[in-house]
Amino acid sequence: MGIIKERKITVILAGTLTLLSVFSLFVGVIDLRGGAAAAGGLGRLDVLLISRLPRLLAILCTGVGMSVAGLIMQQLCMNKFVSPTTGATLSSAQLGILLALLFMPRSTLWSRAAFAFASALTGTWLFIWFIQRIKFKDTVMVPLVGMMFGNVIGGVTSLLAYRYEMTQALSTWLVGHFALVIRGRYEIVYLVLPLIVIAFIFANHFNIVGMGKTFSKNLGVNYGVVLFGGLTIAAAITASIVVVVGSVSYIGLIVPNIVSMFKGDKIRGSLIDAALSGAIFVLVCDLIGRVVIAPYELPIELIIGILGSVLFVAILIRRLSHGRKHISLGRVKASRAIGGIQ
Amino acid sequence: MRSDALTKIYDGKTVVDHISFEIPKGKVVSFIGPNGAGKSTVIGMLSRLIARDGGTAEFEGKDVAKWKSGELAKRLAILTQTNNIQMKLTVWELVAFGRFPYSGSHLTERDNQAVRQAIEYMELTDLTDSFIDELSGGQRQRAYIAMVIAQDTEYVLLDEPTNNLDIYHASNMMKIIRRLCDELGKTVILVLHEINYAAFYSDVICAFVDGKIAAFGSVKEVMNPTTLSAIYGVDFEMIEVNGKPLSIYY
Repeated sequence: MGIIKERKITVILAGTLTLLSVFSLFVGVIDLRGGAAAAGGLGRLDVLLISRLPRLLAILCTGVGMSVAGLIMQQLCMNKFVSPTTGATLSSAQLGILLALLFMPRSTLWSRAAFAFASALTGTWLFIWFIQRIKFKDTVMVPLVGMMFGNVIGGVTSLLAYRYEMTQALSTWLVGHFALVIRGRYEIVYLVLPLIVIAFIFANHFNIVGMGKTFSKNLGVNYGVVLFGGLTIAAAITASIVVVVGSVSYIGLIVPNIVSMFKGDKIRGSLIDAALSGAIFVLVCDLIGRVVIAPYELPIELIIGILGSVLFVAILIRRLSHGRKHISLGRVKASRAIGGIQ
Repeated sequence: MRSDALTKIYDGKTVVDHISFEIPKGKVVSFIGPNGAGKSTVIGMLSRLIARDGGTAEFEGKDVAKWKSGELAKRLAILTQTNNIQMKLTVWELVAFGRFPYSGSHLTERDNQAVRQAIEYMELTDLTDSFIDELSGGQRQRAYIAMVIAQDTEYVLLDEPTNNLDIYHASNMMKIIRRLCDELGKTVILVLHEINYAAFYSDVICAFVDGKIAAFGSVKEVMNPTTLSAIYGVDFEMIEVNGKPLSIYY
């Protein structure tokens, strides 16, 4: 029963994503449907292969990547509010890109990605080291500290950009958008795919580490190595996305949360659904951005920001009322069970 | 399992002070003593959770620190009281983690069978697909024990397994511990606060005071008013129930 139901959700998600993907290929200034003549000497096939398809693939990789990165970070940190956005990963990656622009003015996409990766990893590690040192009692404190930390890094980035007159160049990476994604400029996001395969292989390791140091040691899993490995994967995914499309927030926070409400926290069981849902979410936001003021378009970060913040507040309220009640009533519930159930 | 001059120092304070003992195989061994006596620290050092500052802790003739962690996980399981895991896992998924030291992520039919048997043994079959965060405290504790059973180790170490449980669930837990030893032949070492549970359900008691062993021996040897008063600093009276010495204190 349970297994059929689980697969059903995955099949529905995959079907929805396929339909939306095909639909998105036909949304744009140049009509790709038969009959209408293509403008500017570009064939319909050219438009499809140079612009529409790369854009779609970049969107899919972004959605899949960001939600998986968020899923991994949430599990490893034992906190539902940790994600690339609230864990300083995203802002560190941006700082890395700025450093690449400053020190290597002629840097390629790959070298910028390397800078972004190194910086994202350092930032995430500093954050994790910090929250492990301080052992917060309240789960909300962790993402709050993460956001503050992220904003401090963002402040440093802005200051540096201002000092060296790079503000305009940097803005491309501050606000995520897919408008500039064309063939030859986005392929780095494909890195997301092998990273996700690795994440799937080590999914159980991440789950075990998420249950704590003692739990991991009991099962003979090396806590430090797996934690480091998992965060490295999350940082690498984030970096390869930020360097191509810029910052895309909220997905890593919201999508894994919603999926875990339905599917639980076993990563093997929820990773594919989280990946598909993330892709759908980004694709829908991108379609909205392309349609509302057509023939112009809004950056995706704007749409995601609006939808995402509403969803985030909803999740926050639900988790807190649910989670807090759960903690404080834990013992009461147990003692009531003797009278009631047993 | 034996230790020699086992020592732990926290911030210049000696919490465990040159402790030496040998745990007999196939018995239930309870660690008792007042708060801060070092019981949990000793169990942590025996199970490689806590690094020691001196002495040795040997398991099957080999230093626990020298065991490969994955190999030791097949021989010795440890369950601590920090199980406030807020993860939404089903009972099956949790218990299946007990097979991780054997098969990693690819469970064989034999592993699945071990998981099924462990769940059955803890009478959780009806709850197999329930999420652990929806269970009662007693049921959740049983799910963790089921995981340890699935881990199929000769030694089971439990840090305050009755903590936070009411009398009904706590005494059930003690009966389960007894069965782990009697029916499954495991050596169980546990930290207990309730000395009467220790007296009634264990074979050997080790009492700690200020990081040192105050008494080590069979239940009858340790459970007498003089020894207990020396350990806890209050007066005790003893009664006998079912041939076991129980203590009364107030």
